[in-house]
Amino acid sequence: MSATDAPKMIALAGLPNCGKTSLFNALTGSRQKVANYPGVTVERKEGAIGLPDGRTLRVLDLPGTYSLDARTPDEAITRDVLLGKIQGEDPPVALVAVADATNLERNLGLVLELRDLNVPLVLALNMMDLARKRGLELDLVRLSVELGIPVVPTVAVKNLGLNELLAAVDEALRANPAAAPRTEWKRSDSASVRARFSEVDRVLKASTKKSGTPALWTERLDRIFLHPVLGFVVLASVLAFMFQAIFSWASIPQDWIEQGVAAFGSWVGSLLADGPLKSLLVDGVIAGVGSVLVFLPQILILFSFILVLEDSGYLARAAFIMDRVMGGVGLHGRAFIPLLSSFACAIPGILSTRTIANPRDRLATILVAPLTTCSARLPVYTLLVGAFIPDQPFFGPFRMQGAVLFGLYLAGTIAPLTMAWLFRRTILRGPKPPLLMELPTYKLPSLKGVLLGLIERAKIFLRRAGTVILSLSVLVWFLSSYPAPPATAPGPAEGGAPAIHYSYAGRLGHAVEPLLKPLGFDWRVGIALIPGFAAREVMVSALGTVYALEGDETQVEKALGERLAVSWSLATALSLIVWYIFAPQCLSTLAVVRRETNTWKWPLFLLGYMTALAYVASFATFHLVGWLWGSA
Amino acid sequence: MKKTMTLGELKKGMRARITAVNAATDEMTRSFLEIGILEGSPVRVVHQAPLGGDPIAVEVRGALIALRRQEAAGIDVELLHEPHAEGPES
Repeated sequence: MSATDAPKMIALAGLPNCGKTSLFNALTGSRQKVANYPGVTVERKEGAIGLPDGRTLRVLDLPGTYSLDARTPDEAITRDVLLGKIQGEDPPVALVAVADATNLERNLGLVLELRDLNVPLVLALNMMDLARKRGLELDLVRLSVELGIPVVPTVAVKNLGLNELLAAVDEALRANPAAAPRTEWKRSDSASVRARFSEVDRVLKASTKKSGTPALWTERLDRIFLHPVLGFVVLASVLAFMFQAIFSWASIPQDWIEQGVAAFGSWVGSLLADGPLKSLLVDGVIAGVGSVLVFLPQILILFSFILVLEDSGYLARAAFIMDRVMGGVGLHGRAFIPLLSSFACAIPGILSTRTIANPRDRLATILVAPLTTCSARLPVYTLLVGAFIPDQPFFGPFRMQGAVLFGLYLAGTIAPLTMAWLFRRTILRGPKPPLLMELPTYKLPSLKGVLLGLIERAKIFLRRAGTVILSLSVLVWFLSSYPAPPATAPGPAEGGAPAIHYSYAGRLGHAVEPLLKPLGFDWRVGIALIPGFAAREVMVSALGTVYALEGDETQVEKALGERLAVSWSLATALSLIVWYIFAPQCLSTLAVVRRETNTWKWPLFLLGYMTALAYVASFATFHLVGWLWGSA
Repeated sequence: MKKTMTLGELKKGMRARITAVNAATDEMTRSFLEIGILEGSPVRVVHQAPLGGDPIAVEVRGALIALRRQEAAGIDVELLHEPHAEGPES
């Protein structure tokens, strides 16, 4: 096969919120590959289209940008891909400029910049149905002549105009095969930005027969959502509903998974003779991975809320309402979105700080994002809250356990804001970061987009469960099982120490016990905290394994929570909960911070300050609770 | 009568036309221009955030843009009256 037969790659470029990703989803369906660009953590989305004549086209969905004068790392990727400046990434042979047809006076500026690249270019006027509904009448032929490029109306969410678009791309490729693409970009000065917009105005004046009216619904909704009082009420209700949903909706599928894992464990157990293999599979693999798998429903519910809120355009409003709070502690107005994403996971949160241009403002957000209550803390919280907080009515429809959990999330909100305030007054002093953000038109989130996003998250979670968590579970099992107690030692039945006492993990746990004793943790918690440094939720699976190995036959049947409830004091449980409000244990987060800040200094600082906070807070909690209840 | 003010001084519901964009830094000026805040464009203050009316959301070139009054002070505007509130000769 010669090089010319290999599938060619085209790229989609457009402003944020222009419907570029919907168009990408419509063109490629589920034939998508999500990876990162080499050396950076910007998501690279590639898909494939089968053309009617049997050929295949590769399609790249570039990060949204207002201009090729990139100001953020994401925007820089778009420019560098287009100029062919990324190692191992061939520049696309043709471009589709995606423009929101309801707002051409903003969208065409980028089209003019793309035109200057000398690459075959087609303009997709997306959301054309909406634009027509709002009364826009365009002379498409005139627009095409004024711009000098083919123009195709599309409605990505309804799969309209896709074939015409592909035909136009094919045609453009055939017509200009010998163009010499630009490889250098000179930053435009203010004058050329102004000139670009004048040109846009001229083109539009020539080709618009009738202007559309502004989005009526957006204004109506904003009268409520951005209302000085109601806006807060709506935001608080949305967040309260979200957290309530995470717990009530998830409980049924969680029960299924829990029962499924237990049934699978005893089925496997019944097939195997007692011995190391059975112990490895049942106590190590199934108990370890199963205890984490249970949290998949909660994580998916959390992500669906975030995806829907983001897609609908509400998230930007939330950032607008919260700007006073964010700005008050010295964070960038856009920092609200990374911090909210961090409730799901700090990693996408830290990655979304890329929309913050100033490095210092960005660093402040990165350093506090891991304090937000991420979903990996949920397993720990749910386990301990379920075991130690009575399930009784608290206030109105809210129950005690939910209220405590809400309190934990509140702590995970106040902590990052307080630390940001502190950092901006000490190590990251600087002028208050500016706010300049588009509030996109509201739209119904596309089911397809949300589903594709959820599948992606589920894959990442399951991959983690199948690799990191599986191998750590096996490691914990091994360290907790070997070496076996000497033959002369009395068994638990004769009042001797359980077997785990003699193992490597037991010894390790005992070795760190003096450090953890002031916090109310014994050596078993020590064993669980050590692998927990790789990923927070592994703490739960490690505890599961430790207690599974330690327990006698009558206890194996009981769930981990019930076993903890009888063996720990309230002070110990609360101390461990508080530890996890601050605990930095997540290697992946530290690795991402290393990559994003390009130095080891900041991840190490993060690890240091969070561990110190966790230690002090746990110490205080353990002694305070012990003093109040006399149970320490 | 045309009165010159800055965008940062406008109250909710006021309309104006942008006459000059001179932000504190060159970077900021270019950011304003790129997002569509540029000379000649009409603007309207559509919303103001709770707690002190800052930041504001302005409608400009068909989009809703959020910014703080402090930065908006770098944008000179001339007030426009409501079209229906004035005579044909304005």
